[in-house]
Amino acid sequence: MLNTQTRRRFLAKMLAVGALVAMPLKLWARNAEAFAAKNAEATLKSLLGDKPLVASDDIVLKVPDIAENGAVVPVTVSTTIADVRRISLVIDQNPNPLSASFKLMPGGVADISTRIKMGQSSDVRAIVETDTTAFFTSKNVKVTIGGCGG
Amino acid sequence: MAGKKIKMRAKVKDGVAQVKCLMPHPMETGVRKTAEGELIPAHYIETVTCEHNGKVVMEAQWGTSVSKDPYFSFKASGAKSGDTIKVSWVDNLGESSSGEITLK
Repeated sequence: MLNTQTRRRFLAKMLAVGALVAMPLKLWARNAEAFAAKNAEATLKSLLGDKPLVASDDIVLKVPDIAENGAVVPVTVSTTIADVRRISLVIDQNPNPLSASFKLMPGGVADISTRIKMGQSSDVRAIVETDTTAFFTSKNVKVTIGGCGG
Repeated sequence: MAGKKIKMRAKVKDGVAQVKCLMPHPMETGVRKTAEGELIPAHYIETVTCEHNGKVVMEAQWGTSVSKDPYFSFKASGAKSGDTIKVSWVDNLGESSSGEITLK
């Protein structure tokens, strides 16, 4: 009786330890669902869950007004919002709207640049998340030659 | 299989390092076709990790719509001369590469 009890307790402890170890791994895991989403709405839902999404003027999104070549569209996102956890780029009209997601560690600087592909003219949204809220700003980019075709 | 090395540049201003990286990579979306009409399989960078003196400061998840031979720049705070910045990537086929730079 006593033996079974301690064994159960031991197993329960092992499970708890296992869960603790697995947690950070899960935090790191790729949000495959968000990347596979086919429209902006599903992408945002899968990316943010229940986090409220509000427009913000504190995000600086630098994109060209007209991209001559949709295969290479430079994007820069920076913000003065404090304690940013993640910055994501969503291109509404792309086949898979989520382009990139940058997770910042505490003390990280919310200022990134990269280049993205755009299939056609679309709104580009920069989404900046803190622990509790998601802020966004968007800009329309006109694409004269798409970047997803051959 | 290791991919091509990441090219990096960095400069420090007021304790913040601006790091610029160029990563040679095909970044195939998986929806393009060859002239014969065959699909070119997807081949793209999924994860990019940035380390400052061995400590992870940023982890990026990418999809297929990041441009070919991706350019990526980021900033690291609390940077000083002699610090090392390391950037590495892993793609959807399990290939990987990295680059390291010592701040001047």
